[in-house]
Amino acid sequence: MATAPLLEKPAPSPPTPAERQRRAARLRRSVHEQLTAYGFLCAAVVLFALFSWWPIIRNVLLSFQHVNFATGGTWAGTANFEKLLSDPLLATAWRNTALFTAYALILGFFVPFLTAVLLNEFRHARAYFRILIYLPVMLPPVVVALLWKWFYDPGPGLFNEVLRTLHLPAADWLDSSSTSLISLVIVSTWANMGTATLIYLAALQTIPGELYEAAELDGANLWQRLRHVTIPQTRFVLLVLLLLQVVATMQVFTEPYVMTGGGPEDSTVTVMFLIYRYAFVYNDFGTASALSLLLLLVLAAFSALYLRVTRHAKED
Amino acid sequence: MSSTRSRPIALASAAVVSLAALTACGTSSDGTGSAPGGKVTLAVNGQPPTTQAFERKLFDRHVAQFEKTHPDIDIVPHEGFMDPKTFNAKLAGGQLEDVFYVYFTDTRGLIEKHQAADLTGRLKGMPHRGDVQDALMKVFQDADGRQYGLPTANYSMGLLYNRTLFAKAGLDPDKPPRTWTEVRAAAKKIAGLGDNTVGYADFSKNNQGGWHFTAGLYSRGGRIATERDGKWKAAFNSAAGRATLRDLHAMRWQDGSMGSRQLLQAEDAQRMMGSGKLGMYLSAADNITVIAKQFGGAYRDYGLAPVPDARSTLIGGEGYMINPKASPEKIEAGLKWLQWKYLNPDLVEQNVRDNVASGLPVGLPMPPTPDIWKGTVRERVEQAKRKYANVPVRNYQPFMDAAPHVPGVVEPPEAQQVYAVLDTVMQAVLTREDADIDALLAAAEKRVDQIYSAL
Repeated sequence: MATAPLLEKPAPSPPTPAERQRRAARLRRSVHEQLTAYGFLCAAVVLFALFSWWPIIRNVLLSFQHVNFATGGTWAGTANFEKLLSDPLLATAWRNTALFTAYALILGFFVPFLTAVLLNEFRHARAYFRILIYLPVMLPPVVVALLWKWFYDPGPGLFNEVLRTLHLPAADWLDSSSTSLISLVIVSTWANMGTATLIYLAALQTIPGELYEAAELDGANLWQRLRHVTIPQTRFVLLVLLLLQVVATMQVFTEPYVMTGGGPEDSTVTVMFLIYRYAFVYNDFGTASALSLLLLLVLAAFSALYLRVTRHAKED
Repeated sequence: MSSTRSRPIALASAAVVSLAALTACGTSSDGTGSAPGGKVTLAVNGQPPTTQAFERKLFDRHVAQFEKTHPDIDIVPHEGFMDPKTFNAKLAGGQLEDVFYVYFTDTRGLIEKHQAADLTGRLKGMPHRGDVQDALMKVFQDADGRQYGLPTANYSMGLLYNRTLFAKAGLDPDKPPRTWTEVRAAAKKIAGLGDNTVGYADFSKNNQGGWHFTAGLYSRGGRIATERDGKWKAAFNSAAGRATLRDLHAMRWQDGSMGSRQLLQAEDAQRMMGSGKLGMYLSAADNITVIAKQFGGAYRDYGLAPVPDARSTLIGGEGYMINPKASPEKIEAGLKWLQWKYLNPDLVEQNVRDNVASGLPVGLPMPPTPDIWKGTVRERVEQAKRKYANVPVRNYQPFMDAAPHVPGVVEPPEAQQVYAVLDTVMQAVLTREDADIDALLAAAEKRVDQIYSAL
């Protein structure tokens, strides 16, 4: 008696009318579901394309054009970049931006971390201090700049009044090219440290208490606990925030624009400030776009680093 | 059930969001095409904001009067003046008015970038075209003498001083300083009053430092740049340039008459003047109204003298240009509007009477009686001003008396870029006691020459 091979599929029996109806209904439902998904996806893609990608593409195009917005502009080749590179202020702007970023990291990276460590140690009124630390973040940046402008005022300003009361010599703050940049960094740090502090605090609170108890049993002092428990446990958050802060501080604009106008003696002209000046003071959008492109490339390098770090962390 | 019913809604929502996104950046129209009945619809800016009730009312009344006498033109007024920050966005987005306000400093750049319509052939029959000062018309011309706009108001710099502080410091308010040496001496006396009183202030921020350096330099007969064979070259590294900076340095560091706070701009000086803490600064007459209206000053407290030394004075001002995308009909209509509203001597006396009736200042060399005219029209305007003045005109008489004898010089080419460079020079002198003036001028000269060589 011949038997069918074990692996041979049985011949498909023709679908019954009921089954055909079920399959058609399933297909219709699937198409409907997919359409809705694609509809929403389409909206997101369109919005991203219009408001995020197109401006970037347009910026690249503008950086190679003599822009006038009346007749569509003419191609300029690399003229805008050549003009930019011959501007002695370009090197100054990059140097100031790098310095601002470096100072901002020294202050804006360690101060919030130390503040978070201190806050984490508080047993009482922690919420109150948390709000207090976060309060400046809620102030609009221009208000912060104007407030600090009064603090720094060499005449009736708050800081110099305090110094005079203590019989100390008044400081120049914003009026000297040697102190202006650091004065702006202090403002920026004060205004932004609330967010970083809260993120550090959240990271600190995820560290299991047993680790500290074990360290204490081993006789670790405060510094050793910080070095061997706190820092290793929060190193990923520290690294991510460091990179985010680099990207954010390299785009500093409000403080120099409102408080110093780039002065004195160009000591607070940053890359963003120079872009603004090319675009809205000199009416030269081509060169402004060229400089924006350079800044974009530098920031993209840091963003790539950020992505790499976060990917590695996920893999870990 | 509910899920199947919500699907079409979700689909529709997605489609709406997509469409909204697509239309958000879609082409926009200026909405100023031809109106029904063959009327030309003309969008113009310069309409005062609602907060300036009288000026707004007067502007709207003018629009109505103009439309009555020009039934083929429909004016669509827009609030506001020239804002360099939004100008290009408006032009790119098709939102720029057909007739738009512009400062003298911006005209050259707009002409070079073809961002204004060429009006040359259309001005021949314009009434009173020949009565406008030639130097002001030139501000709106290119190198070939083609006309791209019309001036409607101008200013020239003088020395604004606080008469009350002069009297307090033992100085005669009716005899303001005539030379920079006298300014320095007066500033020292005023600063001697103490209580944070500043004798003389100057700007050094947001390109206003370069602008004021230019005013100081012109007053000593110097120039920012000179043209030879069609090429511009920096000219401020000169005896006049050095004298300008040395005087400022001496007032700041030797005499202590400029206060401790620097990096000032116009608003700072106006605020200090309004609160009675500043003796003098270089300024045009329009600052007096700002100080009186916004910073609590009183017209009687301020006087205006010619710029010290008075070898020449910086002149600037404002005017209107026409959108390069405007149709020939709109350009024609725009020119009619500009002539009727701003370059119309027949309207001056009525405007003056309206201003007086509303308690607005009349008698200062500024709107409603701008100093743009020459010849008989100028006389006519001056007469109206004298007849209806409601501010202490004698306080500004030294300035007015000297005006015809002080040559006016317009701002240098690429003014804003040059001013940005000169800002740093002013900042160095006012914030560094050891500032090396010769080195600063030499470095700035090199940078400005670089700007001009790129033209």
